[in-house]
Amino acid sequence: MITRSHYLILAAILFVIGVTGVLMRRNVIIILLSIELMLSAVNINLVAFSHYLENPAGQVFVFFVMTVAAAEATLGLAIVVALFRNLETVNVDEINQMKG
Amino acid sequence: MGLQEIMFYYFAVVIVVTALLAVSRGNPVHAVIFLVPCFFHVAGIFVLLGAEFLAAIQILVPAGALMILYLFVVFLFNLSEIKGKRITHRQSFLAGIVGVLLILLLIVLSVQGIFPGPFVELVESLGADSTSTVGGSLYTRFLFPFELASLVLLVVMFGAMVLARREEKE
Repeated sequence: MITRSHYLILAAILFVIGVTGVLMRRNVIIILLSIELMLSAVNINLVAFSHYLENPAGQVFVFFVMTVAAAEATLGLAIVVALFRNLETVNVDEINQMKG
Repeated sequence: MGLQEIMFYYFAVVIVVTALLAVSRGNPVHAVIFLVPCFFHVAGIFVLLGAEFLAAIQILVPAGALMILYLFVVFLFNLSEIKGKRITHRQSFLAGIVGVLLILLLIVLSVQGIFPGPFVELVESLGADSTSTVGGSLYTRFLFPFELASLVLLVVMFGAMVLARREEKE
């Protein structure tokens, strides 16, 4: 019997993999991929609760989350392109021009 | 163990393993490639939860279009050739502690949440065709956010073009 908690724990594991990816990695592309993982975890939670509460609003929210995820990835990659042109690096700890 | 349990555990194991591989590889190309099966199996989880439309969108947009976009950027600038001395940040020890604490907190909250009781058995809870139910509420109750989403996509399109444009030489 698969319960609601199974889905929530799966989403929690996926979310924490994303959080640790963002905090640990230096490559900004991998950081953007980790953000995608976190958004997927949130989507699993939203669909699970949509099923649990028998309400289609959760699935509509997943639709909007995917839209925002696509927008975020596009803008993030555009920033990476501009960053790489100017600084020749994609490592976040080498981007410290504003450090005093 | 019924078919539903077997499929759930298969999807869950593949999702977690591919996600771990994706965030731990040094080469960004490998990370992007590992995320494709991960998103496909998230779509499988959506099918288990009776959201067939979202499963199709999950395969088309995050697993298809977004991963292609990532691969384009990685290949365009040959980012996979950049070899750092280390792939992790200086703060990774603290980040590991934060991750362990967060997973414990989230699992405790998931098991003893404010929504008691087991999941209802997988019935067609949103009607025989969940796609028409979701589409109906998307175009009636959520019409304004839906139009706003198209505005967001338009702004992002111009923003990406402006950001990634090469500066013209004087």
